[in-house]
Amino acid sequence: MRRRTKHDSRLLIVGATSKLAQETARLYAPGSRLFLVGRDGERLAAVGSDLEARGCRVAAFQLDMNRTEDCKAMVMAAAEFLVEIDVALLAHGVLPDQSQCESSPELVREVLEINTVSTLCLLVPLAAHFERQGHGCIAVLGSVAGDRGRRSNYTYGASKAAVAVYLQGLRSRLFASGVSVVTIKPGPVDTPMTAHMDKTPLFASPRRVARSIQRAISRRRAVAYAPGYWRGIMWVIRLVPERVLRHLSL
Amino acid sequence: MTSKGRWRDRYASWGRFPVANPADVIPVVWRSGVLPLGKLERPVLPYGRGRSYGDSCLNNGGHLLDTAGLDRFIAFDRERGLLTCEAGVTLEQILDLVVPEGWFLPVTPGTKHVSVGGAIAHDVHGKNHHVRGTFGCYVRSFELLRSDGSRWLCSPAENADFYRATIGGMGLTGLILWAEVDLRPIDGPLIDTERIRFDSLEEFFELSAGSDQSHEYTVAWVDSAAKGKKLGRGHFIRGNHAPGESPQRGRRKTRPRLTVPFDAPTWLLSRFTVQLLNGAYYRFQPRKRVRRVTSYETFFYPLDFLSDWNRLYGKRGFLQFQCVVPNEVGEAAVAELLGVAARSGRASFLTVLKVFGEAESPGLISFPKPGVTLALDFPFDGRPTLELFAEMERVVREVDGTVYPAKDACMTGESFRVFFPRWKEFSRYVDPAFSSSFWDRVSLESDAT
Repeated sequence: MRRRTKHDSRLLIVGATSKLAQETARLYAPGSRLFLVGRDGERLAAVGSDLEARGCRVAAFQLDMNRTEDCKAMVMAAAEFLVEIDVALLAHGVLPDQSQCESSPELVREVLEINTVSTLCLLVPLAAHFERQGHGCIAVLGSVAGDRGRRSNYTYGASKAAVAVYLQGLRSRLFASGVSVVTIKPGPVDTPMTAHMDKTPLFASPRRVARSIQRAISRRRAVAYAPGYWRGIMWVIRLVPERVLRHLSL
Repeated sequence: MTSKGRWRDRYASWGRFPVANPADVIPVVWRSGVLPLGKLERPVLPYGRGRSYGDSCLNNGGHLLDTAGLDRFIAFDRERGLLTCEAGVTLEQILDLVVPEGWFLPVTPGTKHVSVGGAIAHDVHGKNHHVRGTFGCYVRSFELLRSDGSRWLCSPAENADFYRATIGGMGLTGLILWAEVDLRPIDGPLIDTERIRFDSLEEFFELSAGSDQSHEYTVAWVDSAAKGKKLGRGHFIRGNHAPGESPQRGRRKTRPRLTVPFDAPTWLLSRFTVQLLNGAYYRFQPRKRVRRVTSYETFFYPLDFLSDWNRLYGKRGFLQFQCVVPNEVGEAAVAELLGVAARSGRASFLTVLKVFGEAESPGLISFPKPGVTLALDFPFDGRPTLELFAEMERVVREVDGTVYPAKDACMTGESFRVFFPRWKEFSRYVDPAFSSSFWDRVSLESDAT
């Protein structure tokens, strides 16, 4: 099997204060240049100094992802600091409680704003930049939840499914200019975001998922599951007929 | 959740005895964040990696602050060997970062899976105590978050009283958010190791005295199955940092090679198998003296290669007894403790002996002091085990020794106050919202005295 792996060292990371983004960024240390984007300045500084201590050159950019008008300026600042962007990793997002989503339209809107709208809006200037640049990789964290609507998390799943479909189209558009688009679908991860869930054996450590993310990026996969065994699980879940699935509380 | 408690297995102590059910677990992820510590109805305790053997990391019925998310470095000065990091960073993460740059921890315990916060809170020691003292000696400063929301920068110069109370303070004085730690230079990741078989305690003390000057690291394993004339035989292990690179496997990953995937049946480490294994291990080295150069991991962390090894003791868990006894009575007291253990019909799986040095720790109630330290492991068998521990505790009290709280699940409040005469001074610095199962146990009757 032919495996071309790329050694990326200039990364733009959006949602850099998320646990998965932090663990992934650490895998690129030392010696990388990292442009970190996040909403909370103090947290961003904490993540930045950690990566600096590990031997990276770091710049931080504070941005509320809902302010789509600021995204273009952010991409320009990243391009200025990194010179060439090898990888743009989009790792921001929220995981809402499904039962709350069932009674609060405001929460549904919020989830879709941050997980879907802000991601797609950011991809407009980002895709344009990569198209001009003519190489590199846009990697976006989706979720296994986006593969099939399930009772336990369909609001979150819907917000991620939209992104996955968008990326399919973007992938063919950017293919011509030599830019890869990688959709990464992590399963449940043992992070602060899931601290109060009961942990099943399917929960993976952030470190392990980060390794899968890095591998997917360096091999320029189109769609990657993290860890890889989720490909098999979701293949089965997608095959379950609706009239069976509606009886299950998955 | 089930009646056994949602957090019980995930937030256990290393010995898995006693069993405790925290009411809730609060993950601490950002050092800048605000924690509602003052508003909690129950006492709270920081929880790092759960490597304390007894109940000093447990808080039955209370809240735990899980510091695993505080895992960031803050600064690493590669020229001066100075590391600042958050309290949940483990020694493993530190070594992975600093060893390739020619630095090492000045003091390391027998596992690298402990957090910096836990290492400070128990003022841990290592095989080089006789030359370097405890971990706390190398902590330049740290930030302490109290339940009233105040943050204290503690160092020997600033808030020195809180600095001294927190080092060895078992997490009771507040939450350590980050710390600044001195490193020491090394020429490479290797240790020049020598293993010498000894046949008696007398020989051990000769070897130890003879190695104090020449070797930075000394420790001994004792064959706990040996009785009578053979009592106190074992292997003396000593080493020094050696120059050179790791032989060919430059980037060997330090992950465990083996895992214990489930609780072993209790007969696995019964008295007979333990005696058998100890005797076999003693004979495993037929030659008197073996010298070789090993990686630092093999030398310092032999048990880390078997992850979750505490499961070998099965569901019942195990207890460790570690004490220090004064040098003048060292040999007699160690012989008596080994004798008490042997007579009880219980066999210790792993018995470790070391002579501490004179270096004084900044900690107010730190465990290490000049003398001989002995550590024994026993599977928990109910009352007979507790009786054995009470007997050993009595021996230690008679000779003016001290039992190590980080390993303890049994000592009485009265013994604690005898072992740590400065406990009253210490208790003034305990945060009113903080407590632990250990502290509940040893301080409850404190007003009676």
